[in-house]
Amino acid sequence: MTHHVILGAGPAGVIAAETIRKHAPQDAITIVGDEPEPPYSRMAIPYLLAGNIAEAGTHLRHAPDHFERQRITVRRGRAVSIDTVEREVALEGGERLGFDRLLIATGSRPVKPPVPGIDSPGVHTCWTLDDARHIMQLATKGARVLQMGAGFIGCIIMEALATRGVKLTVVEMGDRMVPRMMGPTAGGMIKAWCESKGITVRTGARVEAIEAEAPLSARLSTGERVAADLVINATGVKPAIGFLEGSVIALGVGVLTDARMQTNVPGIYAAGDCAEAFDALTGKTVVSAIQPNAAEQARIAALNMVGQCASLRQVTQINVLDTLGMISTSFGNWQGVTGGEHVELTDETLGRHLSLQFKDDVLIGANSVGWTDQVGVLRGLVEGRVHLGPWKDELLRDPTLLSKAYLGAAQAQGQWVSAADARRR
Amino acid sequence: MQKVLHIDAGKCTGCLQCEMACSYENYQVFAPSKSRIKVFDFHATGKKVPYTCTQCDEAWCLHACPVEAITVDKATGAKVVSEATCVGCKVCTIACPFGTVNYVQETGKVQKCDLCGGEPACTEACPTGAITYIDANWTGLGRMAEWANKLGNQPVAN
Repeated sequence: MTHHVILGAGPAGVIAAETIRKHAPQDAITIVGDEPEPPYSRMAIPYLLAGNIAEAGTHLRHAPDHFERQRITVRRGRAVSIDTVEREVALEGGERLGFDRLLIATGSRPVKPPVPGIDSPGVHTCWTLDDARHIMQLATKGARVLQMGAGFIGCIIMEALATRGVKLTVVEMGDRMVPRMMGPTAGGMIKAWCESKGITVRTGARVEAIEAEAPLSARLSTGERVAADLVINATGVKPAIGFLEGSVIALGVGVLTDARMQTNVPGIYAAGDCAEAFDALTGKTVVSAIQPNAAEQARIAALNMVGQCASLRQVTQINVLDTLGMISTSFGNWQGVTGGEHVELTDETLGRHLSLQFKDDVLIGANSVGWTDQVGVLRGLVEGRVHLGPWKDELLRDPTLLSKAYLGAAQAQGQWVSAADARRR
Repeated sequence: MQKVLHIDAGKCTGCLQCEMACSYENYQVFAPSKSRIKVFDFHATGKKVPYTCTQCDEAWCLHACPVEAITVDKATGAKVVSEATCVGCKVCTIACPFGTVNYVQETGKVQKCDLCGGEPACTEACPTGAITYIDANWTGLGRMAEWANKLGNQPVAN
């Protein structure tokens, strides 16, 4: 009987386990997670902080006997090394766990910037349920909160903090908010929006030191001093793959995999935030820390682990963010390419913005603000590399025709004359 | 027997009865803006195209959900959003490449077609048979017949 060991109890680990079970009813499956809670979703933590859900609402699966019924063993442990010859994982505490197939789905960990005082009491990351409990204790009504970082994770927890009634200051090193997801127009709109909601935003600035008195006192690169009851470190994350250093498993920023999610060691796979997967579109390997990609990589890895042949088509960067009610998205190469074409439509008063990037007659990337209707077609167009034909000029003239362009070009529904129509696929 | 919505855009007149029925079924108001089925109007060709979720087998939206708010209705096969569980993170709305899961500002949750539990209101409202709810294995029949007719009536190359 084949034994599949999965390191990591996040979405990638759980989806891989369930996919293996679906296709290999007799195989043994063990998920190893290093936190005490049942498998849960970090993505749900902001909603816990905002008080919309209880801790159980963050759990990836709600039926208490879900894993038991699927005959998936979920156990606590932390891998310290992998013996690729004996095919064993060494766990903290000395135990060794044998495997036939191994999936590395250990996710990512927050990075700790080299700031004096970063280890002071009252400075927390916002990553685990345990972090959330600390933050909920300190982020009470009227508390002064300093958030380091206004990237994707920083922006998404901002709403939760605002809901808790804290006095919030946000410091971001980049020249705008969410600089790795949104262009200058959108980043500027998000900043103005946050400021209008009473949040102090400092972009192009960083925290230089934190003094651990009560209250905490942070010195900014702008010369300002900010007093805080709580400092949240949201300066970024990186793949949690430290335990693989010194092994023969090839690493880049993440665990390098081929399009079938296999590492350079046969039978050992990686998926999710810790994986640097082969992107067939660009021919490069990419780390993409977003659940839809983690889920797809986990499914592909699992199918290969049970002996099927499946490969990842591509790794499209996609993101959606709700910053205090202002909803923004990014897809693919939103920065555009040299020689490409670009159209942008902005209404700052209404808080709406669309930015589309083209290469020839293909949409290669997009940013949107305040645009939620059928927004998924942007993924359909980008990932499908759909030739827009005449629809490209329509979009350059009026970017809001996105859904029609998708239906017209990707499904050609607007032009079909009959089943014999050549545009039909 | 698995049934699916079968949309024949050629029969659609753009009357929007489906949108009215959908919004009434789900929100008890006649408000096409709240409908989960949308009719797109192609002015240049005169085509009207009703469009909604195809209920993918390996559904992107379902796998993208961090809190198991989208599950499979075992009776109909529909991928159904539980409003009580949905946290409103919107990740499903960017994961679905068809754009058929959408965020609803008023509720703070997402919505998508759930086949009305097996009695789709849009099919009952459609006066021209452009939207029907039929056995999944029969959806391609008309298309196959047209192809067969086209190919079967070609002169044979010698």
